[in-house]
Amino acid sequence: MKLFLKIWRQPNAAAVGAFEDYVLDNISPDASFLEMLDQLNEQLITQGKEGVAFDHDCREGICGMCSLTINGIAHGPRRATTTCQLHMRHFRDGETVTIEPFRARPFPVLRDLVVDRSAFDKIIQSGGFISVRTGSAPEANQTLVAKPDADRAMDAAECIGCGACVAACKNASAMLFVSAKIVHLNTLPQGAPEKNRRLLNMVKTMDEAGFGNCSNYGECEAVCPKGIPLDFIGQLNREWAVAKMKDIVSGVE
Amino acid sequence: MAAPCNLSGSCIPSLFKKYLMALTGFVMVGFVLVHMMGNLQMFRGPDAINQYAHFLKTLPGALLWGMRGFLIVAIGVHVWMAILLTKENRAARPQGYLKQAVVRATWASRTMGLSGSLLLFFIVFHVLHFTTRVIFPEYQMEDYYTILEGDVVFNVYQMVVDSFSKPWVTGFYLFAMGALCLHLSHAVWSMFQTLGWTNKRTRPMLKGLARVYGWVIFIGFVVVPLGVISRILPPMMGDEEVIILSIEAEPFDSESL
Repeated sequence: MKLFLKIWRQPNAAAVGAFEDYVLDNISPDASFLEMLDQLNEQLITQGKEGVAFDHDCREGICGMCSLTINGIAHGPRRATTTCQLHMRHFRDGETVTIEPFRARPFPVLRDLVVDRSAFDKIIQSGGFISVRTGSAPEANQTLVAKPDADRAMDAAECIGCGACVAACKNASAMLFVSAKIVHLNTLPQGAPEKNRRLLNMVKTMDEAGFGNCSNYGECEAVCPKGIPLDFIGQLNREWAVAKMKDIVSGVE
Repeated sequence: MAAPCNLSGSCIPSLFKKYLMALTGFVMVGFVLVHMMGNLQMFRGPDAINQYAHFLKTLPGALLWGMRGFLIVAIGVHVWMAILLTKENRAARPQGYLKQAVVRATWASRTMGLSGSLLLFFIVFHVLHFTTRVIFPEYQMEDYYTILEGDVVFNVYQMVVDSFSKPWVTGFYLFAMGALCLHLSHAVWSMFQTLGWTNKRTRPMLKGLARVYGWVIFIGFVVVPLGVISRILPPMMGDEEVIILSIEAEPFDSESL
């Protein structure tokens, strides 16, 4: 396969970036999108040019490191697929592919296609701890979790924090990410004691980071490589109101 | 820690702003339905709509202005929050994409700001047109009063028929109702989602409800101008006119308008 690539190049965070065009030939349809970029980088290095920087780690769709907005869609055209699991057979021979970094004020570009997603880490940190005994493993049936709750928590825990929701949202809102974390921990008995505090802190940190607001477009749900549903945002909205009320009435420590 | 609190709303939690947006929206969603049903009195004849309008205008002042105030506050807060949220949303992505595809978001959802701005302009026009009657000052003249069960009442029917006999007025109203239909088709389900009253099962139903609601409101409103154009709602040409001319100006107390 032969592709015409239009890639965002930016030497560092302070520099002004621009798009550059590349032509890459002999791409295997079975190569992953990141392998295609590896191939491009080999070609660039052979030509004595600087390779394109992009985030990646596990390359099996579970770490949340890969990103990229491909032809205007976060993680590319395949639903529920990370960029590393996207294969070149989903592109047409001779197609022009535009590759951009995830765009949001809280996700500044560090270099080329690499963005700083530590705003998500700050949100996670502000969520704080959960009260569990440390030490030896607890007895398996000590804390009972209803099956539907366990399933829902597991569905939410699937979120890999890649930031595609923010990248796809017209408002660059992080609500889907935050809702996944909230639903994950608030659904389980282990996370229940700190439920309200965690929720209020995480939403506050999200606001302070400069993410936009949710307008219920549903783009986040559509691009999420883990299929996190909008229902979780509904639950976040509902539980936030309850937590805020409790905070006003009796104070959430 | 806390951001300075001012009109820019940086101290207001994002979700609180969204709640205000949803709750004030809820007030207006209810209002348009009642308003639409009131308008349909046109089809029950001039007396029905004139009587209904007379009833509304002669409500106790505290109740009438209480309701008007409530609506004005709801619109004010809705617009204020919309401005704050939009500013934040724009600031959240200083550098846009070269190419941005839309995967699932509806056209209605992406144009809420546009349809909302048009509706705000329409509401101001509409109030100046039919409530304060300054756009066409002739509606303030005594030709537009009629006798109903011994009372001198304003002839809403005649005003509506005369208004929609002007093509540009009809055109603008139809266009604005299109914007309302579009706005509602996202607003009605979005409101429930923002308040957290949705789940996997109810969300598709609420999305459907929003579309149906948008269309019901649209049809309910546009049948009046369409009725005027098609002469299903004919101009009033009756004996009343003779009587109107003989009434003195004195009863037309501006308080009761």
